[in-house]
Amino acid sequence: MSDILVELKAVSKFYDETAALDGIDLYIRKNEFVTLLGPSGCGKTTTLRLIGGFEQPTAGTILFEGKDIGTVPPYKRRVNTVFQRYALFSHLNVFENIAFGLRIKRTPEKLIKEKISKMLQQVNLEGYEQRDVNSLSGGQQQRVAIARALVNEPEILLLDEPLAALDLKLRREMQHELKSMQKQLGITFIFVTHDQEEALSMSDTVVVMKDGKIQQIGTPVDIYNEPKNAFVADFIGESNIVDGIMHRDYLVEFAGSSFECVDFGFGPDEEVDVVIRPEDLVLIPAEDARLTGIVRSVNFLGVHYEMIVEADDETAWLVHSTLMAPVGSRIGLGLEPVDIHIMKKVREP
Amino acid sequence: MKRSSLFPYLIWMILFIVVPMFLVLYYAFTIPTEAGSTWSLENFARFFEPVYLKVLGRSLRLALISTGICLLLGYPAAMVMAGNAFSRKNVLLLLFVVPMWMNFLLRTYAWLTLLERNGAINVLLTSLNLPRLQILYTNSAVVLGMVYNFLPFMVLPIYSVLSKIDKGVVEAAGDLGANPFRVFTKVVLPLSLPGVVSGVTMVFMPALTTFVISRLLGGGQFTLIGNLIEQQFLVVDNWGFGSAISVVMIVLILLSMAIMSFFEGEEKDVALW
Repeated sequence: MSDILVELKAVSKFYDETAALDGIDLYIRKNEFVTLLGPSGCGKTTTLRLIGGFEQPTAGTILFEGKDIGTVPPYKRRVNTVFQRYALFSHLNVFENIAFGLRIKRTPEKLIKEKISKMLQQVNLEGYEQRDVNSLSGGQQQRVAIARALVNEPEILLLDEPLAALDLKLRREMQHELKSMQKQLGITFIFVTHDQEEALSMSDTVVVMKDGKIQQIGTPVDIYNEPKNAFVADFIGESNIVDGIMHRDYLVEFAGSSFECVDFGFGPDEEVDVVIRPEDLVLIPAEDARLTGIVRSVNFLGVHYEMIVEADDETAWLVHSTLMAPVGSRIGLGLEPVDIHIMKKVREP
Repeated sequence: MKRSSLFPYLIWMILFIVVPMFLVLYYAFTIPTEAGSTWSLENFARFFEPVYLKVLGRSLRLALISTGICLLLGYPAAMVMAGNAFSRKNVLLLLFVVPMWMNFLLRTYAWLTLLERNGAINVLLTSLNLPRLQILYTNSAVVLGMVYNFLPFMVLPIYSVLSKIDKGVVEAAGDLGANPFRVFTKVVLPLSLPGVVSGVTMVFMPALTTFVISRLLGGGQFTLIGNLIEQQFLVVDNWGFGSAISVVMIVLILLSMAIMSFFEGEEKDVALW
């Protein structure tokens, strides 16, 4: 059975008549950092709750090391969860919160002390044993929640948008810490987020979901560079998505001109979505460009400028560049064939 | 709020709370003489005669029993209502609250007619060829009346605390390996203690001081401390002794509140009062 730890086979979950999950197939390897990414209501949290045992699938099977665990209650699974709003026990102090799982398993008191002091070191909370959890900051509560789950040495750690409530700087720090913890401990992490940047920076594998279906599974680099469809392209980073016609292999027409590209395998004159990342568009003099337009707005975002350029056929292009062209000026947009991504049009059922 | 706008309330409290309290204290610590009255502890000394201590003991016992029964009945009911699985929780909640819209006296009178020798319950029992129930004018009837009247005061505060417990906390306990029984004993019960404390207080205090229930359902044979006070004022016309018993009761209640708030800990904000 190789190194596959969890496998979901054709899993669906219905609430009344609405499908939260619609027949997903997914496997997760040992020691993998997997992120479930998607907008709210896409089914990512439901997937997590199914693996945690808080919900039972309406259809399909969930295998843990090859055994069906669909109806095994949470307290019998070797899985621990870090909840979105931490869910700390407010009647217990930091030490007792972390000790909760160990006490249930009747771990000897000496071992509990040892494990907890090691765990507190790991999450940078030494000396906080006797503190009341309600007196901690959001970031500290988050660390207690992580320690409380990890001290049980689970096979899998489930994290349900654990960083959503933290401010940006703290979130960055925790992303790094979580990632290094995962590497160090060798525990499988399944991480749920709607923040694509977070997903790309932390994961080994990203699972992009929408409307209860998996859109794409791949490494962060794959997902960013080779999005499978316009939804993934749009959700992962910013994208220009325009209608185009694939005349033949390696030649696409959009915005009134034909462009060389690296895609092939489409029908003759097939209508396609053309996806171009804003940072792949380069400002060049209008007379050198096949794609020209007028700058409509300029926003300074720190590292780069964000400009909206209205092309001659009235399509709007989002451009990220360290250079700036003034509003109203006429410019050209240059692009390389490898930066043009062609996608089959998704037929909405 | 401006200080002057507190004025009407201040006057109200002085007139109807502070002044009567001092009157009670005055009567409790004085005895009438031909010249008027004189300071004395005689009223208190009298209370410690065995016959009155027995009344106090009976009152405490019945109040404790009623509170215990209310807790045993009320906690599960509150849990059912606070649980997500129960879709008709509003109906149940209403069933607990609706009787409170009716006059307390009427509700207790209703039990009188139900429990009578030829009342509805005994008619039903005889028609089923079962022996008659003779609990009217016994301790059981008094406890029944107390439980019936005060149960909502136990259920509501517990319900209000239980329904505020984050479902995530319950899930987290399960996630950490606790089976449903241990989730209850290690998480739900400790978190709901403030509700239990305020429920117990709100049942115990009126149960300890009631005189209507014991007079109607106990038939006056089982004098409780509340009846004793009522008699001293309205029948015997011994305001001094009545006031002394009242002062003892106030001290007892303050004591029990102090004990309760010790258990309640820091989470006062969750409780109802």
